[in-house]
Amino acid sequence: MLQPIVETPVAPLGGSDVGVDAGGVARVLGGKRVLDGVDLHVPARGRVGIVGRSGAGKSTLLSLVAGLDEPDAGTVSVGGETSPAGRLARCALMPQRDCLLPWRSALDNAALALENAGLPRSEARRRAAPLFARLGLAGSEELRPAKLSGGMRQRVAFLRTLLADKPVLLLDEPFGALDAITRAELQEWLADALAAEPRTVLLVTHDVEEALLLSDRVLVLAAGRIVAELDVDVARNAPRREVVTNPAFLELRERALEAIG
Amino acid sequence: MRRAWPPLALLAAMVGMWELIVRAVHVPDYLFPAPSAVASSLADDSGLLGPATLVTAREIVLGYLFAVAVALLVAVLLHFSAVLRRALLPVLVLSQTVPTVLLAPILAILLGYGIEPKLVVVAVVCFFPIVVNAVDGLRSADPELVRMMRTLHGGRLAIFRRVELPGALPAIFSGARVAATYAAVGAVFGEWAGSSAGLGFVILQAQPALETARIFAAVLILSVLALCLYALVTLAERVLVPWQPEAHHA
Repeated sequence: MLQPIVETPVAPLGGSDVGVDAGGVARVLGGKRVLDGVDLHVPARGRVGIVGRSGAGKSTLLSLVAGLDEPDAGTVSVGGETSPAGRLARCALMPQRDCLLPWRSALDNAALALENAGLPRSEARRRAAPLFARLGLAGSEELRPAKLSGGMRQRVAFLRTLLADKPVLLLDEPFGALDAITRAELQEWLADALAAEPRTVLLVTHDVEEALLLSDRVLVLAAGRIVAELDVDVARNAPRREVVTNPAFLELRERALEAIG
Repeated sequence: MRRAWPPLALLAAMVGMWELIVRAVHVPDYLFPAPSAVASSLADDSGLLGPATLVTAREIVLGYLFAVAVALLVAVLLHFSAVLRRALLPVLVLSQTVPTVLLAPILAILLGYGIEPKLVVVAVVCFFPIVVNAVDGLRSADPELVRMMRTLHGGRLAIFRRVELPGALPAIFSGARVAATYAAVGAVFGEWAGSSAGLGFVILQAQPALETARIFAAVLILSVLALCLYALVTLAERVLVPWQPEAHHA
């Protein structure tokens, strides 16, 4: 099992007891009600998955939580902070595309948040370097993103998000662009990384299996509303193939798919 | 290097044709000199052309660097201030409609006959493509990268330094390469408006003397100077934008 990852917090904000709450959130974009009264609660260090079809409002919800956007109605709070700046200070977003900077090496990409927080480049690199080996990226420190495989790029992007050292991680389809095999590998990798470094996680995906494997609770979003809430009370420490064929797991999967409609 | 062969072969063929036609039709040198006459002028007039080349090369390089510096500064100001962008950008476009040929004599009156008015003319000619491309490049940063930066402690300055500026470099270099081909023309305009040295001055002096071969020789050197500047800018781009996957290097 992995050891705790981030050695010294860069910007400790509200400790690690930061949860996410949303009440009656509505957002209209381009004349369409993308979100229509969403209630959400993610306890501190809890992991909530949100599944739904494309256009169900998943990414909009993440932007609202992150403080990058404001709701038209309702409230969003992160660790009790409702101001956009306060939310932004507590959330790190891993976008759908990896969004690595093509002009930076893999290590410099991972260290980006540390540099943004004011650390000199050499110090930022020194802090990010040990994680590279630990998270299976040894040897690729100096490669530019164009030379990395899709799976490696996603790992670097996650590492970058983690190194921002924020209490809340917002993951937007983190593995959406990958092939099925790499995707399965990275889901296990992510589960391990999060076990070593517990954070409050809000995971958005259209892959029900992924949500059930990585979250404690799964919410189904359809037409801007939460239409189902499922507690994932299935043991997941067995090998993946056994977990996903477990009857309890299959039943949750059926219920989620039915709710998605 | 293999890409250099087709244009070189075409140039050689054209020069060969030119030589043949001029000799076959017996065109006098003062009307239209053969390439061989231009070549001998390059050798015979080297005492005149050599120092003139140094003068003009200095004007081109210094004027160009001046243009790059001012253009980048203005582009950054325009990028950070929407008010300035709305006010200044139309004025810049308008300023481009003033013919440089007319601007050069006015600058000579204002700044005298030294190197200064030449630098300003070169800079005025080169400034516009760089500033327009730089402003566009800075503004075309991927909004998703900016969102990502904002959630990773990225303030306005960090976003500029780490996302917008490096992302704009390819566009800045497109403008800089176009500008590099204008610099030589700017230097000649500057010299025509009033000077006592340089390739433009040599051309001006050779015209009434019907030394047409010398004019051609001077023009040839000007082209070579422009090409050298272009090559240097392209080289700088390869060094400064190494992540660009085999770009449009011409």
